[in-house]
Amino acid sequence: MSENLKCAAKEIRKLTINCISSIGAGHIGGSMSIVDVLTALYCSEMNIDPQDPKKEGRDRLVVSKGHAGPAVYATLAYKGYFDKDELMTLNRYGTNLPSHCDMNKTIGVDMTTGSLGQGISCAVGMALASKIKQDNATIYCIIGDGESQEGQVWEAAMFASHKKLDNLILFLDKNNLQLDGYTKDVADCGNDALKWIANGFEVYSINGNDPYLCKETIKKAKVSNGKPHMIILNTVKGSGVKYFEDAKENSHSMPINEEIRVKSIAELDGE
Amino acid sequence: MEFRKILCSVLDKLMEQDERICVLDADLSKPNGTAKLYEKYPKRTFNAGIAEANMIGVAAGLKAYGMIPVVVTFTPFATRRVYDQIAVSVAYAKLPIIIIGTDPGITAELNGGTHMSFEDVALMRAIPTMKIYDAVDPRQLESALPKLIYSEQPVYIRMPRKERPDVFDEGYIFEEKADIVKEGTDASIIATGTMVYEAMEAAKQLELENINVEVISVNMIKPLDEKTILDSVKKTNKVVVCENNNLIGGLYEAICRLLIENHPVKVEGIGVKDQFGQVGKYSDLLKAYNMTPKDIVEAIKKQ
Ligand SMILES: Cc1ncc(C[n+]2csc(CCOP(=O)(O)OP(=O)(O)O)c2C)c(N)n1
Ligand SMILES: [Mg+2]
Repeated sequence: MSENLKCAAKEIRKLTINCISSIGAGHIGGSMSIVDVLTALYCSEMNIDPQDPKKEGRDRLVVSKGHAGPAVYATLAYKGYFDKDELMTLNRYGTNLPSHCDMNKTIGVDMTTGSLGQGISCAVGMALASKIKQDNATIYCIIGDGESQEGQVWEAAMFASHKKLDNLILFLDKNNLQLDGYTKDVADCGNDALKWIANGFEVYSINGNDPYLCKETIKKAKVSNGKPHMIILNTVKGSGVKYFEDAKENSHSMPINEEIRVKSIAELDGE
Repeated sequence: MEFRKILCSVLDKLMEQDERICVLDADLSKPNGTAKLYEKYPKRTFNAGIAEANMIGVAAGLKAYGMIPVVVTFTPFATRRVYDQIAVSVAYAKLPIIIIGTDPGITAELNGGTHMSFEDVALMRAIPTMKIYDAVDPRQLESALPKLIYSEQPVYIRMPRKERPDVFDEGYIFEEKADIVKEGTDASIIATGTMVYEAMEAAKQLELENINVEVISVNMIKPLDEKTILDSVKKTNKVVVCENNNLIGGLYEAICRLLIENHPVKVEGIGVKDQFGQVGKYSDLLKAYNMTPKDIVEAIKKQ
């Protein structure tokens, strides 16, 4: 039952790299930084069934930073939602795996995202509906630290805490980078933890690149009542492969040729 | 040459000459080519972060103080994401700014449906006083930008980021009117943006069959150069309109309206027909939405 999450995360990282390299370039940085939380969710904490992807009362995940699609697709393929070979169709004309998450194209994707700031509100709506239906689902949502500059994120935050949506667990992928550079240089968000606390959230701050820590923290958040939850994931953009990590903001979207692919996979295997 | 290189070099020149010009980005200064301006003009470049609505409001505020703000982001975030801010703080408040939307229509390519705005032209057309310029090639952009930046009305500029084939010759001078890029008598192809090149390709194919079409590049989708268009249609009585966006609310409907009021003839439309975007290369998407030169040729023959 309890899967080795470190091994699973490693496999998902490899699939993510293969997926992006199949088209030569893509959003590797923000994909790699969330692999560990995706692993904790799909391999341990979420109430889901890959054989019955639309199961009533299932937990849902909104990846509000929709450009991390490749990591989501890799995770879903790893869990058997669809064949791993399909990962090689990323971004090809007619694919089911477009650069940004699309609930109408990809089996297992719960929300269409890609215009930053929008997904979080949709997660709040799902959490509200789950309360009405009393289906005991947990709604998860991952936002980016650059994405947090969108005003809509804070509209959603206010509303979620006003409605006491304790079935909502948010993750902030705090990799300190956005497209143009470091978030602190582009448009500093200040103290995230204090902002989320001030918005009425129960806030945790952890090493987001440790799948076991992600798992334990999710477990804690699930049993705590009365407030929505924010788990700040302190992560590294491109996490897991030195070449991507060292690229800093250039890892946001970068080319992955065959040589880099082979080296990255070897590096992950050599751990 | 890439459009974004021209964008950066022209803005650089203009900012050097005119201290009122400010550039605003929303975390896309690197892909849009404006990042280089930040070092040279630290006081007049602003990265608003991923907060487009705020960026438009800030630009309107800068304008209220006599500055000349130029905002740059991908087309969906430059238009639909910030529509009310443009309608109220910019247009209604009469605080005209320059809005540059990059990678219009299918030129968004692999960014896919969420980033592929087909409705931006319709949205911006519907705002009173808004001008719309759809860049044909980098050379035209180079000549157009210095003129449009001093417009007394808000301007929406749509331009690809990367390279596209040249349509205009060296020494081309942009004016806020249509250009007849090829003269002809058998039909009028009225095109905008990247579709002008596709229209010229269609014209070449038709020439082999002794069909001699006129190709008009409208340049400004709003206001339309009605005279050039009407003069051509009165001569040919056959019209195909080509645009890289939804026909609904786009150039096609603008031309239809002009012709209904002045010279009613049947008009064929080449463009996106009430569909969403998707991932794919430019050439794949041109085929997917039936916008290839071959499709244009067939539309001419149907007329
Ligand atoms: C509304 C909107 N504006 C701009 C973009 C373009 N964009 C895609 S990803 C990105 C940077 C995201 O930074 P962050 O949220 O920190 O994500 P991560 O670092 O995890 O990749 C930008 C500006 C977008 N997708 N949506
Ligand atoms: Mg980030």
